[in-house]
Amino acid sequence: MSEQHASEHEHGLKFYWLVLFALLVLTWVTYGAALIDFGHPWSDLVALAIAVTKATLVVSFFMHVKGATSMIKMSAVGGFFWLIILFAFVLADVLTRPGMREFF
Amino acid sequence: MSNTSPWIDLTGTPGQKHEEGIVVSDSHAAATHPPGLAHHFESYEQQKESSFLGMWLFLVQEVMFFGGLFCCYVIYRSLYGEAFAAASRELNVFIGALNTTVLLFSSFTMVVAVNAAKQGNRKWIVYGLLLTMLFGGIFLGVKYFEYSSKWEHHLVPGPHFEWHGEDVGRPVEIFFCLYFAMTGMHALHMVVGIGIMLWMLRPAWRGKWTPENHNFVEGFGLYWHFVDIVWIFLFPFLYLIGLAT
Amino acid sequence: MSTQDFAFTPYPDLPKSHYLNVAYGLKSWLFTTDHKRIGILYLLSITFFFALGGLYATAIRLELLTPAGDMVQPDTYNRLFTMHGILMIFFFLVPSIPAVLGNFLLPLMIGAKDVAFPRLNLASWYMYIIGATFTLYALFMGGVDTGWTFYTPFSSTYSNSYVAAVAVGIFINGFSSIFTGINFMVTIHRMRAPGLTWFRLPLFVWSHYATSLIMVLGTPVLAITIVLLAMERVFKLGFFDPALGGDPVLFQHLFWFYSHPAVYIMILPSMGVISEIIAAFSRKRIFGYKFVALASMGIAVIGFIVWGHHLFVSSQSLYAGLIFSILTMLVAVPSAVKVFNWTATLYKGSIEYSTPMFYALGFLGLFAIGGLTGVMLATIGIDVHVHDTYFVVAHFHYIMVGGALMGYLGGLHYWWPKITGRMYPGFWSHLSALIIFLGFNLTFFPQFVLGYLGMPRRYHSYPEEFQVLHILSTAGASILAVGYIIPLVYFIWSLKYGEVAGDNPWDAVGLEWQTTSPPSLHNFDEIPVVDFEPYDYVEHEPVDRPYRYSRSEA
Repeated sequence: MSEQHASEHEHGLKFYWLVLFALLVLTWVTYGAALIDFGHPWSDLVALAIAVTKATLVVSFFMHVKGATSMIKMSAVGGFFWLIILFAFVLADVLTRPGMREFF
Repeated sequence: MSNTSPWIDLTGTPGQKHEEGIVVSDSHAAATHPPGLAHHFESYEQQKESSFLGMWLFLVQEVMFFGGLFCCYVIYRSLYGEAFAAASRELNVFIGALNTTVLLFSSFTMVVAVNAAKQGNRKWIVYGLLLTMLFGGIFLGVKYFEYSSKWEHHLVPGPHFEWHGEDVGRPVEIFFCLYFAMTGMHALHMVVGIGIMLWMLRPAWRGKWTPENHNFVEGFGLYWHFVDIVWIFLFPFLYLIGLAT
Repeated sequence: MSTQDFAFTPYPDLPKSHYLNVAYGLKSWLFTTDHKRIGILYLLSITFFFALGGLYATAIRLELLTPAGDMVQPDTYNRLFTMHGILMIFFFLVPSIPAVLGNFLLPLMIGAKDVAFPRLNLASWYMYIIGATFTLYALFMGGVDTGWTFYTPFSSTYSNSYVAAVAVGIFINGFSSIFTGINFMVTIHRMRAPGLTWFRLPLFVWSHYATSLIMVLGTPVLAITIVLLAMERVFKLGFFDPALGGDPVLFQHLFWFYSHPAVYIMILPSMGVISEIIAAFSRKRIFGYKFVALASMGIAVIGFIVWGHHLFVSSQSLYAGLIFSILTMLVAVPSAVKVFNWTATLYKGSIEYSTPMFYALGFLGLFAIGGLTGVMLATIGIDVHVHDTYFVVAHFHYIMVGGALMGYLGGLHYWWPKITGRMYPGFWSHLSALIIFLGFNLTFFPQFVLGYLGMPRRYHSYPEEFQVLHILSTAGASILAVGYIIPLVYFIWSLKYGEVAGDNPWDAVGLEWQTTSPPSLHNFDEIPVVDFEPYDYVEHEPVDRPYRYSRSEA
């Protein structure tokens, strides 16, 4: 079963060159996008979206999560999910303090 | 009833231990276990899955570790957006993007090393590691020059901090605290990584890692890619804010 | 089996070769990768820190005997309670059950030869020791006076004590904890014996899985927070410095993101121990096995989103306070599921009052009190009133001492014959369990009253009307100390003079009882195949065995 696994998701170097190329393009795209003013939350969201895309590329292909066991997929996502908990609850406090009304 | 205590015999001289005892109870481990398979595992498959799961859990730990820093960043950024944008202008975006490129290349060469390990190509494991170290070294070198220019411009937080840009309040110093903490922690991880790669060169050259058992190379690859991912987020968060305004 | 006599010895001898006699000498211990020996190393080191933390507690209680602050200076008092907290939490409670009993039993319970990463396991112990060394250094230089919570900006700017050294110690010790967690999770996932499915795992294993999850997800956040604190202190950076616009409450958020779940690191393994003991001495399958197992996971997950209840009066927004208040009450649900299921397991069981069972029953009552007062404190209205009073002190001691420590001692008594192959004396162990229960309640119940009347915590002098209750509390503490010293004596005594216990002195089910006592180096001669359900006790069947205390000693 493991051999099947391996052969299914075995990529040649050519494929990894393509991933690298995509990552490099996205790096300079995010640089370019930063020069355009999309308005308050949108600039940040565009940058974040590109960063998440790049991270997903690295995690799925360089780190072979695509085709890995479900447990490894879960741990790959789990850490980031837990971070969202941390961010969400701290923000729930900070953004709702008196004097923070402009955020709503 | 036995009179001998099962407890520690601290008086026993080390080296003169009951060698036979070890051999007897360990016999099946020595006899039936193939090379490279630890005694407590039943198969290469189990060993491989264990080491990958362990490595991934370690990375989860790393995500949370950097997560604490990113949490500080998110909070202060949402409180002091203007000051952060002004402070971020002091960083050289072009150099940041260039360094990102260098780091992505190092990730690619790491993939080359891992791929070579899978095929048992020890020459290319070593080449892959050397190239990865080279790119990692370039990244750290550039980082050194960035840091020293910050030092010259009195942008290192602490007693020497001076701010000559537009008046956006004290939080600019917090930006630089976070800048140094985040990039410093990232650079520290890279230094550790390069140290481990240096150590890996010899066993790699001697053919320690075979297509059946190269968990260490692949596990280390995961670590290196993770460090890359941290930078993928650090680059826009630190360098690219408020460029347009 | 003709006699019920206590001195009856069913097994004439210890097994020929076991993990304790395969090798001798200090080296064979310091370089061991055997999970059982590493468990013993932890046992020795945490016992030392428990004693040290206990000395600080003694000094605190002596100072509080009289209303005037006459024994120590206020600053010294600050150091006393801070070091008491740091030693007890980071160096005793957090590693207590996982690192000692968990290390020893987890591979045995799942039919494995060792944990997944034996060398990492040994490295964990060394990290614990290195972290402890830094802390001891700070302690000998005069200690820390910030409280174990290290609140900024006092800890980062104003305190004149050895905060940085302790910060380094806790940082390193944190990684000991993280690596133990990773090791356990991988072991449970990948090392189970054939046939041992998830819902055949002992609840001890389930609760350790949940604990490990918290260790891996929570501890790194504390680690980075402590790093930031140390950097702020040493390099004069300003992550939480209000002068720069930094937010000290952010420090509290990050600190409690780990340190509240850390409470569940302490109590969850204890709950696992209690599940084992109650099933074994009621001779019944645990009631609602799946619910108890999943409740552990529930506690671990919900436990992560309740930390804000430590910040109700720290200028946290009222909106966040409401959310945290509700979520905190939610965590009582899985805890109550466990307590109800244990009680239901006892119901109509053939209960045997062995020493471990004494501790388990004590745990049930004390944990219920600690947990329910926790729900009271989760209510913002009450918390504002009793915040930072002895009510809080009493509450968390009921959880940590009445819960976690009772579980640890219960587990130690339950598995002692497995660990050493020998039995401790029945009379003294029963007596000390009773003394601990009584001494504990006498120490901490008056503190509920004190707190409710308004006695603040962390003060070394107080108005005279509180003195009666403080005297009760100090008297209880001295009784408690006696209760802790007795087991220390008879455990050591039993190593040489204790009866040989035999492989399964309690007639309990579970893989750990199917190997020899003490186990052999590789735990099992053959990897067992599991074809039975957990807690497969034959209900109501009276068993004849040598250590049936309730009969043999009558």
